[in-house]
Amino acid sequence: MIKVENLSKSFGSKRAVDGVSFEVGKGEVLGFLGPNGAGKSTTMRMITGFVPPSAGSVSVCGLDVQENPIEVKRRIGYLPEAAPSYTEMSVLSFLKFAAEMRGLRGEGRRSAIRRVVELCHLENVLGQAIDTLSKGFRHRTCLAQALIHDPEVLILDEPTDGLDPNQKHEVRTLIREMGENKAIIFSTHILEEVEAACTRAIIIDRGRIVANGTPQELKARAATGKLEDFFRSITRSDTVAEAA
Amino acid sequence: MRASWAVIRTIAKRELAAYFESPVAYVFLVIFLLLSGFFTFTFGGFFERGEASLAAFFNWLPWLFLFLVPAAGMRLWSEERRLGTIELLLTMPVAAWQAIVGKFLASWLFLVVALALSFPIVATANWLGDPDNGVIASGYVGAALLAGAYLAISCLTSALTRNQVIAFILAVVLCLALILVGFSPLTDLLARWASPWLVEAVSKFSVLTHYDGFQKGVLDSRDLLYFLSVMAYALFATGVVIRNHRTG
Ligand SMILES: Nc1ncnc2c1ncn2[C@@H]1O[C@H](COP(=O)(O)OP(=O)(O)OP(=O)(O)O)[C@@H](O)[C@H]1O
Ligand SMILES: [Mg+2]
Repeated sequence: MIKVENLSKSFGSKRAVDGVSFEVGKGEVLGFLGPNGAGKSTTMRMITGFVPPSAGSVSVCGLDVQENPIEVKRRIGYLPEAAPSYTEMSVLSFLKFAAEMRGLRGEGRRSAIRRVVELCHLENVLGQAIDTLSKGFRHRTCLAQALIHDPEVLILDEPTDGLDPNQKHEVRTLIREMGENKAIIFSTHILEEVEAACTRAIIIDRGRIVANGTPQELKARAATGKLEDFFRSITRSDTVAEAA
Repeated sequence: MRASWAVIRTIAKRELAAYFESPVAYVFLVIFLLLSGFFTFTFGGFFERGEASLAAFFNWLPWLFLFLVPAAGMRLWSEERRLGTIELLLTMPVAAWQAIVGKFLASWLFLVVALALSFPIVATANWLGDPDNGVIASGYVGAALLAGAYLAISCLTSALTRNQVIAFILAVVLCLALILVGFSPLTDLLARWASPWLVEAVSKFSVLTHYDGFQKGVLDSRDLLYFLSVMAYALFATGVVIRNHRTG
């Protein structure tokens, strides 16, 4: 359902994403791994149509993102990296806004809000202004916004960032369950999450894909059989890159 | 088309609510009413004019709006950029132009409401004498268009930066320029050096030139066209800025 071909993005002379290609089908959860600055968020922004690519193409549900941006956006639920939201609004009015933007009205809107409020456990903060929420709740509010129209495709940029261990566990479970009939890409720095929720993982380093496989395959490629060791062997830390 | 309008309305509604959810709206309204009353009844010489009209009020508006409209418009896009919500907004199924128009309309409506709240001045004039209410009505139309033109420029400067203060200052400078090219003390001075037709040609670009027509009660389609084109150009430029900023 998501097809990324030879995607590249340059900021000035800096190549943030460099010829990335992959596909994600329905029922797949793709984990996006990579060191800071590897180009994960930039790739996701190109898939959601927020940032136009310098080269290459993205299609979602058979529609090209550059040619049919609105239709593509209808099919995607997106949680941006810093989980932004209109901080002066209450959680409820924010979700109402998101639902209306997705064309939901009346009873459709009410039931959609009820659903995501339950999924993201927002019952007790509905009337609260977002800027008075704790970081974890702000994050969950933005996640709720991404799920409100029950999209076929989910792009989640660090969905478990800032959540407590219980919530992290819940969100992972949620992602795995939703993944059964959606196409999901999510990025994370927590390697256990990959094993817990993904059907496949991609490791990206300095804009290029350096590994692509099931969590088991990737683990097997490390001598110790640990994903973390494989990750460290295949990506270079900044200090090493500087010296090279 | 209907869906497109629905999205614009949703965005406008949120924007308008944002004004009233923060103290901005109330502070703005109070300051606008206090200052416009103050200018009208003191410097404007409302009573000394010896005529029942709102000239005293309308004459000050271009200068009052010069600061108040950029203050109302500076947050439109810079706040969106600062909070990062622009990424949220533009990955929802909307075209950038719909978001731009929705936000603009919400702020414009807010400014028109502020203008409408100055009705006690109209009532006073009617109570004291017998003003030409047709001229007053056309004056208000001109004032609303002037506010729209300043606002569109504020939209543009607000899209340029995530810093509201910079957006404000840029908007004031641009709007001031649009005033000064037709401000008679200055154009008279210029006419001594430059050829009169040049000065006059330049002053055609001034908001004052076109605003004055409405204040005389003359509804000229060229004046209307002028304000609408300023708005259209500025909003179009806003779209270009937003697109380029995403391209990086
Ligand atoms: N708007 C921009 N202008 C210039 N450079 C940018 C811009 N956005 C991203 N970059 C650069 O592109 C590279 C990739 O950034 P990106 O945010 O995609 O990394 P990431 O993999 O998401 O990292 P993290 O794990 O820290 O979130 C970085 O070097 C970053 O500095
Ligand atoms: Mg990132």
